[in-house]
Amino acid sequence: MSLYVQAIVNGFLVGGVYSLMALGLSLIFGVMRVINFAHGDMMVWGMYLSYWLFVTAGVDPYLSILVTGSAVFLLGAAVQKGLVNRILDAPHEMQILLMLGVALVLENVALMVWGPDPRRVSTTYALSTFWLGPIVFDLPKVATFGLALALALGLYLFLKKTDLGRMIRAASDNQIGALLVGTDILKVFTLAFGIGAACVGAAGSLMTPFLPFSPSTGLFFTVTSFNIVIIGGMGSFLGAFVGGLLVGMSESLGAVILVPSLKEIVSFVLLVLILLFRPQGLLGSGR
Amino acid sequence: MLRLGLLAAAGAVLVFLPFWVPSTWQNLLITTFYYAYLGQAWNILGGYAGQLSLGHAAFFAIGAYTSAVLASQYAISPWLGMFAGAALAALLSLGIGYLGFRFGLRGFYFILLTLAAAEICRLIALHLPLLGGYTGLFINFTPNPWQFQFQGKIPYYFIALGFLAAGSGIVWLLQRSKLGAYLVAIREDEDASEALGVDTFRYKMIAYALSAALTALGGTFYAYYQYYLQPNTVLHINHSVDIMIRPIVGGAGTILGPVLGSFLLELLGEFSRTYFAGGMAGLSVAIYGVLLVIVVLFLPRGVYPTLAHLMRRRRPGRAT
Repeated sequence: MSLYVQAIVNGFLVGGVYSLMALGLSLIFGVMRVINFAHGDMMVWGMYLSYWLFVTAGVDPYLSILVTGSAVFLLGAAVQKGLVNRILDAPHEMQILLMLGVALVLENVALMVWGPDPRRVSTTYALSTFWLGPIVFDLPKVATFGLALALALGLYLFLKKTDLGRMIRAASDNQIGALLVGTDILKVFTLAFGIGAACVGAAGSLMTPFLPFSPSTGLFFTVTSFNIVIIGGMGSFLGAFVGGLLVGMSESLGAVILVPSLKEIVSFVLLVLILLFRPQGLLGSGR
Repeated sequence: MLRLGLLAAAGAVLVFLPFWVPSTWQNLLITTFYYAYLGQAWNILGGYAGQLSLGHAAFFAIGAYTSAVLASQYAISPWLGMFAGAALAALLSLGIGYLGFRFGLRGFYFILLTLAAAEICRLIALHLPLLGGYTGLFINFTPNPWQFQFQGKIPYYFIALGFLAAGSGIVWLLQRSKLGAYLVAIREDEDASEALGVDTFRYKMIAYALSAALTALGGTFYAYYQYYLQPNTVLHINHSVDIMIRPIVGGAGTILGPVLGSFLLELLGEFSRTYFAGGMAGLSVAIYGVLLVIVVLFLPRGVYPTLAHLMRRRRPGRAT
């Protein structure tokens, strides 16, 4: 029994950072209707940047999210400004192709720079734990959860309370309307992609203290983000958040109940169930 | 008349071509035809009906594994087994289609549903002892045409060419049929076609099943061309991407699109492999990614539509 409770707790904690990652995807899709197939690869770049800062300068990964977040922000903004903005009126499938190309480049440049072997950021506190009753908590997972929550909250406040945030939401709700009131839509697009990318870049750094990674890790997280966003409900902030926690827990439980290599199947089955019974997602409001 | 002449000339060249070129080129041509065929199959659903699928690797793998297992366990010729695989693939597509189309899942949702379905298949296949799991499934080579096994490349060349011709023929017929018109109507404006009384659910299901069945037939070809099947290659997302990108690059929803796209991407792939494969790991694929991005930026409507547009401008007054 305690094995399952333990799995749920661990999954919940990892789920927090999944949520942050999915929020980035949801933002990018919500504003530009672009499916970011390079989402996981942008995350892996955040991870490697944290790793590099850690081994060369000893910067703690929880501190380096400032650097990785900004760097991946620039990467995302550059992809939007330099590539996606150029083909806005092309058929929808061309945008998919473009992002697949970007994903291939990011993954394989990472492979060229760092090689295929898994890397790990071995902080001094990597194995620290504490007990709360019968449940053991990994310190890095708790810290990651807390920071991911704080960043998600920050994003929420940014979108709700600032002018820039309002502009992004306006472009997402009604693009023509936003254009009519004089929004510089291309600028908003660039900003939105940057912010979405920064979310996933920071999420990557936050995961490095407990997760070994390699260039091919990206694809897994791209697919996981897709899954979460559909489960939670497209375009719903809270949906992406709850979806992340749910997928985190279901993967963790799946690894205990089935075999670890089958853990993802639980979240896919969850996805199919959602599509069967609530196709707009848990918290989505229709399409 | 000119068109028929061109077609005949192209046919003659294609018949003699494999005897003139070296073996590596034969390989390249086989891959080109065979991906053009798969692209044609994908085109029915993704191009004509406008329902982008990123999970065609699942149908491909069902075709490959079904015929391979039927041949090795029950001594049924792959020439027959491939149709069993096609039927199974059509069945799976109807299941996924029911899930997705019932609520009118479109665009992004449908893409992700197909991707998830293929991933579920990959995870299951990895854990099925019958399919060899992580080790993969080896097919014993016994040169016997009835077992879909041939000595040398030339027979495969003609089979792949035959597949492509048949697949293109089916799409050509589809294009001129009522069904094809319904599919294009659904792609252009699903709500409007539904309002006009088109049973969109039904026609999307038909397109999906047809596309899946044809893809599965291609899977059998792959099984007996490679003699080795592994879930992490045949069922990987990257394989679904491989099937999807050729018709998109060439021009989705056109009959020549998958063919032109397949030629172009095979050339680009071969270019990056030839000149950059000797470098660092990942370099050639990164170059391929850059080339893909360049193609999208410069031909954002696809190769065939761009060419057709240029031709029309050259010869005013002649609409094609």
